[in-house]
Amino acid sequence: MKALCWQGVNELSVEQVPDPAILNSQDAIVKVTASTTCGSDLHLLGGYIPAMRAGDVIGHEFIGEIVDVGPEANRRRVGERVVVCSVIGCGRCWACSHDEWSLCENSNPNPGVTDLMWGGTTAGIFGYSHAMGGFRGSHAEYVRVPFVDYNAFPVPEGISDLDALFASDAAPTGWMGAELGGVKPGDVVAVWGCGGVGQMAARAAMLLGAERVIAIDRYPERLAMTARRVGCEVVDYTSTDVTAELRERTGGRGPDVCVEAVGMEADGTGIERVYDALKQRLRLEQDRPIAVREAIHACRKGGSVFVLGVFAGLVDKFPLGALMNKGLTLRGAQQHGQRYIPKILDRIAKGDLSTAYLATHTMTLDEGPKGYDLFKHKKDGCVRAVFRPWA
Amino acid sequence: MKRLIAGAAVLVAAGLGTARWAASRGRRPAVAKDPLESSRWLGITINRSPDEVAPGGHLPDPLARADAEVRMNRAPGDRGTEIYARPREHRAGIGGLLARPRGDDARTAVRTALRETKCLLETGDVLRSDEEIGTTRPTVTGRVLDMALGRAAEGGRL
Ligand SMILES: NC(=O)c1ccc[n+]([C@@H]2O[C@H](COP(=O)([O-])OP(=O)(O)OC[C@H]3O[C@@H](n4cnc5c(N)ncnc54)[C@H](O)[C@@H]3O)[C@@H](O)[C@H]2O)c1
Ligand SMILES: [Zn+2]
Ligand SMILES: [Zn+2]
Repeated sequence: MKALCWQGVNELSVEQVPDPAILNSQDAIVKVTASTTCGSDLHLLGGYIPAMRAGDVIGHEFIGEIVDVGPEANRRRVGERVVVCSVIGCGRCWACSHDEWSLCENSNPNPGVTDLMWGGTTAGIFGYSHAMGGFRGSHAEYVRVPFVDYNAFPVPEGISDLDALFASDAAPTGWMGAELGGVKPGDVVAVWGCGGVGQMAARAAMLLGAERVIAIDRYPERLAMTARRVGCEVVDYTSTDVTAELRERTGGRGPDVCVEAVGMEADGTGIERVYDALKQRLRLEQDRPIAVREAIHACRKGGSVFVLGVFAGLVDKFPLGALMNKGLTLRGAQQHGQRYIPKILDRIAKGDLSTAYLATHTMTLDEGPKGYDLFKHKKDGCVRAVFRPWA
Repeated sequence: MKRLIAGAAVLVAAGLGTARWAASRGRRPAVAKDPLESSRWLGITINRSPDEVAPGGHLPDPLARADAEVRMNRAPGDRGTEIYARPREHRAGIGGLLARPRGDDARTAVRTALRETKCLLETGDVLRSDEEIGTTRPTVTGRVLDMALGRAAEGGRL
């Protein structure tokens, strides 16, 4: 079958690879009908996530049709149209049964790598390196879905493919940031990053009752899209001092909840940007935490900061003093999608949440390398490039 | 292209190296980082009650087949059962160190048995990786990574 493969840093190609197969009795094979680029792939592409090998199939946010199921898959059936969670859960370990699916204890067959890096093994993720289990990604005609009963969710009729697609990763990630960040009715929430994840976090904050939501980015088209489609306030960080701006907009307090949806390749302004970019290039610092630092500074005393952006290792100049003295709560996670997907599909069906608009570019799988070029460099207003392998 | 691949290899090595460095900082330099490394109990927590884990006191496979001392107890709170195991014959010092690269590390076997036992009891199966039907091609970085990942399936917190 055809698949989009990582070949090296900033190098992708479409290849013929062997078809996936049912390897465990609770697996299914899904024929992928739509699979999207995600900001997390950019970290793989940039070489910031260790343990990628030439030929690895990437992609983790997708929908499709079940075409084969193992003998012990009881709930899912051949022919179902399903959205699959990007993070793989077993559904029965202590973490999964406490709805912390990205901490699953049984879904990563290569447990040693993340344990060595972080002192704990995390869940498997589709197309996200050998450290996350060596599972093939979804930018392919077919993909194997382990523990399918727990990871694939039937899409109700009436929800379009493109709406359901983002229920795989971007929407539940954003929802998690707002919910576990502790957004309550009446809160003021700031969101760093207006990519798919940031926009979904902003929308979730509104649906959870936030009184004001302020989203931050630099790309005019993303800011405009967020203002129009999410319906929140926006700030261009290149034209202002974000902390001062947030303070002025919040009676001097700062936001109650700050959601960071930028990640380890954050951009910045002034000397901080040069400092982190240089240190990261020289491998003296693994990740650039510019937006995290700003969120911690801007957050109100006693508030909470949720890190949705992906980080892999060590960061520099972390404002621990601000965190401690202002009494902040800092939290982060890979998404616990299984906890939110049914709720999100419900919200989409009711019309509370729309997601399909994130797909600014729809193309064939053969156009994969071009899609990533547009997405990585935010060319042509690209927010998400979506591949349709069978179109 | 070659340069980029080499860059990635360095990064992987640096990433894993940094993690090791971070984990080992502040400890005395020694041949074995943890003086009790070769004799510690390997523990794992299974989300099942002790009755379900070892009905009638019978240990589950593959742990039952491992050449290991085993003990178990109810875990605190709602966490299920803690199982501890270690190889019957402790190999400390240089013998233990030599055993690892030869791939006959008894602790590795016990660790794997514990992990597989947990996965079987909790999910009814031991999950396999797609790596079995490879899509990757051999590269220099791939080999570096193979070395780094060589033990990945065996390691991991238990
Ligand atoms: N936690 C999870 O499970 C999970 C899931 C999906 C994605 N992610 C992560 O979320 C992050 C965002 O993903 P995405 O798909 O939206 O990516 P994206 O690249 O489309 O968007 C990132 C946005 O951040 C903006 N940005 C950069 N520096 C900034 C700064 N200093 N302040 C404010 N905005 C800044 C960029 O301009 C860009 O618009 C990535 O790090 C991704 O890896 C995490
Ligand atoms: Zn993602
Ligand atoms: Zn689990």
